[in-house]
Amino acid sequence: MAKNSSAADTTVKKSKWVQIKRDKWMYLLLLPGFLYFVIFKIIPLWGIFISMKTFYAGVNFFEADWIGFENFIKFFSSTGFWQLLKNTLIISGMNIIFFFPLPILLALLLNEIRVQWYKKALQTLVYVPHFVSMVVIASITFMLLKESSGEGQTGGAIFEITKALSPSHQGETWLGGKIAIYWVLLFQTIWKETGWGTIIFLAALAGVDVEQYEAAVVDGATRLQQLWYITIPAIMSTVVTMFILRMGSVLNTGFEQIILMQNSLNKSSTDTFDTYVYNIGRVDGNYGYSTAVGLFKSIVSLIFIQAANRLAKHAGQAGLF
Amino acid sequence: MFKRKLASDVVMDLIVYVILTILAILMVIPFIYVIAASFATEADILSSPLFLFPPHPTVAAYKQIFDMSGMGAQVIRSLCVSIVITLVGTFINLFFTTTMAYGLSRSNLVGKKIVLNMVLFTMVFGGGMIPTFLLVKSLGMYDSYWSLIIPGAISAYNMLIIRNFFMDLPAGLEEAASIDGCTDIGIFIKIALPLSLPALATFGLFYAVGHWNAYFDALLYLNDQKKYPFQLVLRNMVMLSTENTTNDEELPKESLKMAVIVVGTVPILCVYPFLQKHFAAGVMVGAIKG
Repeated sequence: MAKNSSAADTTVKKSKWVQIKRDKWMYLLLLPGFLYFVIFKIIPLWGIFISMKTFYAGVNFFEADWIGFENFIKFFSSTGFWQLLKNTLIISGMNIIFFFPLPILLALLLNEIRVQWYKKALQTLVYVPHFVSMVVIASITFMLLKESSGEGQTGGAIFEITKALSPSHQGETWLGGKIAIYWVLLFQTIWKETGWGTIIFLAALAGVDVEQYEAAVVDGATRLQQLWYITIPAIMSTVVTMFILRMGSVLNTGFEQIILMQNSLNKSSTDTFDTYVYNIGRVDGNYGYSTAVGLFKSIVSLIFIQAANRLAKHAGQAGLF
Repeated sequence: MFKRKLASDVVMDLIVYVILTILAILMVIPFIYVIAASFATEADILSSPLFLFPPHPTVAAYKQIFDMSGMGAQVIRSLCVSIVITLVGTFINLFFTTTMAYGLSRSNLVGKKIVLNMVLFTMVFGGGMIPTFLLVKSLGMYDSYWSLIIPGAISAYNMLIIRNFFMDLPAGLEEAASIDGCTDIGIFIKIALPLSLPALATFGLFYAVGHWNAYFDALLYLNDQKKYPFQLVLRNMVMLSTENTTNDEELPKESLKMAVIVVGTVPILCVYPFLQKHFAAGVMVGAIKG
C-alpha cells in the first residue's frame, strides 16, 4: 500500500512537472502581470508597519520610533473620528437612498420605449456624462452655482433660481453650506452616473423571454401589469446583487469628487476617511497616522465586503467570489 | 387583435416619452451652455445666467488657447502631455492586462489558484495611499510620467472580465493551432487577441478615458507644474478663480475656461458612440470562474 501511494505521488509530481514544462509560455505571459501585483499591491502591505511608527515626511523610516497601536488609539479617541464616520455615512447613505434606485428606474423607462432609434439615441445621450471628467463636472457646477460677483452681474443659473425661490435667504450658499454641499455632491453623481448605471439592468432586461410578454398580451395584461409581473421580477436578482455589493463599499467615498468640491467653508462636513487620509498624509506629511487611518478603513471595508458577499450567496445570488 | 391599444397603455407610453425627453433635455443643457459660453463674450456671461446660444458669437477664447502665449501655451502643453500619457498608458494597460488574463485562462495551470487568490485579495484589501506613494517614490518614479502609467497598469476587475472572454473562446481552435506547432504565445497573438477585439477595444476605451480624465494621480505624484496633464491644469484654472487668491496673476476668463473644457472633452466624446454596443459586456458583474 505504502509503496503504491508513493509511486502514485511521484507520477503526480512528474505529471505536474510535465504540465509546468508544457505551460512554460503561459507562465511567461503571466509574468509581467504577476510582478505588477507583487510590487504594486503586495509590497505596499508593509504599510502595516508604517502605521505603527511616528513617521513623518522627511524622516528615515528605519529611524522612526515604534509606537505600536498608538496611532490607531489616537485616531479612535479623537473627536475627528466621529465626525469623519458621520460625514462618510451621510454621503454614502444619501448615495444609496437617492442615487441607487435611479439607474433601475431609468432602465425600466428606457425599456418601455418601443421606437428603437429613439431608444438608442437616448441611451447614447445618457451615457455621455460618464465619460466627462470630474474636473469638468466640478467646473460646470461652479459655473451654475456661483454667486454674483458684483452689482449688475449675474450669478450662476441655479444660484439665480434658488435666489428667486427664496429671496430672503441669507447666509449659506450651495458650495459653502455644510448641508447644501451634500446635495451638490449627490446631484453630481446622479448626473454623471445614472445613465451609465442603466447598462447592467438593460442587459438583464434584454434577457427576458419575449414569449412571456406575448402570452401576457393574449391574457389581456396591460403594459403596467406586464411591467409589474414580468419585467421587474426579471431584474430583481441583478438589483439585489448590485445593492449588496454597494453596501459592501459603504466607507468608500473616493477622493476625486470630494477634494474638488471641498473648501474651507464646507470642510468639516465633507471630510471623509478617504479625503482625510490624503489631507493628513500627502498634504501634511504625517505618514504614520495617515496610514493607520487608511488601514482602519481597509480592514472595515474588507469585513463589509465579505459580509455582503455572504449575504448575496445566501440570497441565492452568484456573489462576486 | 394585438394592434388594439388599451387606453391605459397609450397613457403610459405618453408618460414614458415625456419623462425621458425632459430628462434628456436636462442632461444636455449644461453641455450646450458650456459650448455657448465658450463662444460668448465675457459681458454676456456676466449679465445672463443661462443661454443656449451666444448673443454675440466670438472665437476669442479659442484664439487665446491656440496663440501659444500666456495661458494658451500651458493648456496646449498639458493637452500634449495627456495625449501621450493616454496613448502610452492605454497600450501598457492592455499589454499587462491581456497577457495576464490569458496566462490565467488555462484551467489546469499549476499555481493558477494562488495567483488568482492574490489578485482577489488585493481587490478588497490594500496598503493604502501613503505606502503606495512611498513605493512609487522609492522606485524613482516621483515627478516622472511613469508614475501616472505604471502604478495603475492593471485593473484587476478588467483583467478578470477579459479572462472570462478568453476562457469562453472555443477550445478546438487552440488545440488545432497547437497541433500545427503554434506555441501558447503564438496562439495568444494569432487567435485569442483577434477573436476578442471588440472586448479589447471596449476596455481600451475604458482605460483611455481613465487616463484622459485623471487628475488625482498627477496631484499625488507630480511636482513640476510644467509636467501637469490637462485635467490638473484645468482644475488649477478653475480653483484659481473660486479660491480667493491675492496674487496679481490675471484670472482666467469664464469664456476661456469653457473653451478649455470643450477642447479637452470633445475628443473623448467622439470615440465612444462607436463602441457603445460593446459596453454591456464590459460592466457585467459575474462570478469569478475557478
